[in-house]
Amino acid sequence: MKTVDFIVVGVGGQGTLLASDVIAQVGLGAGLEAKKSEVHGMAQRGGSVISHVRWGERVYSPLIGKGEADFLLAFEKLEALRYVDWLKPGGVALVNEQAIPPVAVSSGGAEYPSDERFLAAFKAVTDKVYLIPSLKVAQEVGSARVNNVVMLGALSALLDVDEAVWRAAIEERVPPKFVEMNLRAFERGRALVK
Amino acid sequence: MKKLLSGNEAIARGAWEYGVAVASAYPGTPSTEILEEFARYPNVYAEWATNEKVALDVAIGAAYAGRRAMSTMKHVGLNVAADAFFYASMTGIEGGLLVVSADDPAMHSSQNEQDNRNFGKFARVPVVEPVDSQEAKDLVGAALDISEQFDTPVMLRITTRIAHSSTPVELGERKEGPPPLPTYPRKFEKYVMLPVNARKRHPVIEERIRKLTVFAETFPFNRVEWGDRSLGIITCGVAYQYAKEVFPTASILKLGMTYPIPPQMVREFVGQVERAIVLEELDPFVENEIKLLGLWVEGKSIFSGIGEMDPRTVREQAIAAGLLPASARKTYIVPDVGSLPGRPPVLCPGCPHRGFYVITRKLKLPINGDIGCYTLGALPPLNSTDTCGCMGASIGVAHGADKAGSPERNIAVLGDSTFFHTGMPALLNVAYNNGKTITVVLDNRVTAMTGHQDNPGTGRTLQGQESKQIEFEPLLRALGMDHVQTVNAFDLREVERALREALKRDEASALVVRGECALLPEARKQYVPLRVDDERCNGCGLCFRVGCPAIVKRPDGKASIDALLCTGCEVCAQVCARKAILFRSQVQETADA
Ligand SMILES: Cc1ncc(C[n+]2csc(CCOP(=O)(O)OP(=O)(O)O)c2C)c(N)n1
Ligand code: SF4
Ligand code: SF4
Repeated sequence: MKTVDFIVVGVGGQGTLLASDVIAQVGLGAGLEAKKSEVHGMAQRGGSVISHVRWGERVYSPLIGKGEADFLLAFEKLEALRYVDWLKPGGVALVNEQAIPPVAVSSGGAEYPSDERFLAAFKAVTDKVYLIPSLKVAQEVGSARVNNVVMLGALSALLDVDEAVWRAAIEERVPPKFVEMNLRAFERGRALVK
Repeated sequence: MKKLLSGNEAIARGAWEYGVAVASAYPGTPSTEILEEFARYPNVYAEWATNEKVALDVAIGAAYAGRRAMSTMKHVGLNVAADAFFYASMTGIEGGLLVVSADDPAMHSSQNEQDNRNFGKFARVPVVEPVDSQEAKDLVGAALDISEQFDTPVMLRITTRIAHSSTPVELGERKEGPPPLPTYPRKFEKYVMLPVNARKRHPVIEERIRKLTVFAETFPFNRVEWGDRSLGIITCGVAYQYAKEVFPTASILKLGMTYPIPPQMVREFVGQVERAIVLEELDPFVENEIKLLGLWVEGKSIFSGIGEMDPRTVREQAIAAGLLPASARKTYIVPDVGSLPGRPPVLCPGCPHRGFYVITRKLKLPINGDIGCYTLGALPPLNSTDTCGCMGASIGVAHGADKAGSPERNIAVLGDSTFFHTGMPALLNVAYNNGKTITVVLDNRVTAMTGHQDNPGTGRTLQGQESKQIEFEPLLRALGMDHVQTVNAFDLREVERALREALKRDEASALVVRGECALLPEARKQYVPLRVDDERCNGCGLCFRVGCPAIVKRPDGKASIDALLCTGCEVCAQVCARKAILFRSQVQETADA
């Protein structure tokens, strides 16, 4: 069996690490080998973050090569664009519609890329792009912080793994107090793509 | 059932399972989580030391006393602890001693990418390297056994990709290590490194490495995986995974111990393959060890010694060297995205360090910086740090510039944890030698950069006990500073006044700029997002130059504040000349109305 490779990107503080933890846990729960790799430290201070998750019968490298990811899960539009070349041709991109302009836009005169530029770049790689209003949905569910789990819900709808495995992984990874809200966020996200 | 553990979690688990009783460390990416995790296990003692040298001394003392002990650090931490590392190699130990060095190829969060296997060889300390989390855990046990069997410290060397990758691990139970010796060892010739004894110990440690060379031949973590013999790859650490990925049919010699290497095993392997190459990150360490055996291998002539490897670059470099056909190339699409604004790490919204740099930028002061979150003040738009080398360097460098007659008044800026780490002796040096350096401690009440660890200023230990809380004012006075001022980090006028006062004095002084890190739980409870008064804002852009991620430039050029990010620190409000940013009290008033 071929591996299934996920790249998860976003802005430090958006919960990408938790999301990639859950994806890796789901792989393990589905009876596969799973590996996950990310970088802590500097990335936490609002910087650009990327983590790699791989599932398969046997997985060696914890890192995915550029142009080899089956899924790109992006929590922010500019970050989606920054890592678009990680996606394999015809791969699936799930992108949170949210824009978080970096400081260079307000203080350095840099320009946040337009939606046209964004769509054109993705079109060149794949026609499977899902734009997810995950921040809005998260706020409806109760908190902007479950934004990441809305995205996971959307991703889950595109993978052939039992929903219960996803739920169990989320329960294992979030603090007990927030499990219920996270599961609701997951459901809403899943419904967006189903 | 197997559990997904990061390399760091696996090492912590291994230390617990294999009976480590005492662990001491100073935080440093990518090593920090090892001690944080270890500290949560029952029946262990774990502490944050003030620096790596102290940490390693503590672990050595515990090992002298007969217990299994561990010290963990990032690669540059071993520079600080090197003196201890070398004497421990000379004396040997009673209980097993593990030194974990977490190297950072690609410098994700470091000032260099030194390869600490060199330290192993330098100090005649054996080095083991895991290929994943399971091996990281298993090698902790193997290393402690080697340590006791050969009377030596052992280095477990990991890299960022081992530390921060999670892979499945089979968990085991704790096996208690040896109890403390009934009496502290009194072995004058072994533990008192006077020259007379040291001269006798040197041959002992050279002989130890020779014996370990024999041991390495049957060490189970060194193994051959035979495949096609036209290509043989000798590899270690995470590079093993890239070898399996990129050369699925090649023969592989995987080394779990990279110093010393097993000569016989290597010789046989190299003899039985047509082309032998070494795949390892950073320095040609294994490659050179093999060449010293008089064998020919290729390595760094094919694969870069700079930065991290990944499957794609390994494949590309292999194709360029003719190890793989061009048809092995995986093509992909790189769409034209134009130039994208970067997103480097920045000071958080509400960071207590921001206001200070707004003032030093205004006063155009030369700043000798140091290492911590506050180093981010060096980046645009604050651009307020002129030098930064290693932890604790700020004060000595400023003092040197002063003694060199540099015409500007040099300032040293460092964080609370950094001051405890290596700032203290440097400040004492300024006082002793009649220096004039102005030392600024940015006291955010925590070791923030590495993920909010406790330190002597927080009044709590790693294992959650209350402890003596060290106050800066008396400490700075005791170190010879007659003039010490403490100011509120969020009050720009106060910060400026204090700095100007220090500048007027023709002698050394210290300034404590105190404000809680915005991410601490207590600080989080006090967030009050500010608002911009649209009528008053004329889009002048002054507030953009404080570099806060919560301040957004609207399409019309005016400012707005992202309520999800803003903490209400009021730094931008104090900078706005048109009073267009409402202060907390104003925001609360309008909310009440
Ligand atoms: C020798 C060494 N040990 C550890 C580190 C990792 N490190 C970088 S910054 C930092 C903490 C700085 O804390 P503090 O001085 O309180 O500043 P803050 O991050 O809280 O602003 C540490 C431990 C390092 N760079 N060098
Ligand atoms: S973690 Fe704390 S000290 Fe570090 S940048 Fe953020 S607010 Fe500032
Ligand atoms: S008050 Fe201003 S500087 Fe402080 S967090 Fe809010 S927007 Fe940023």
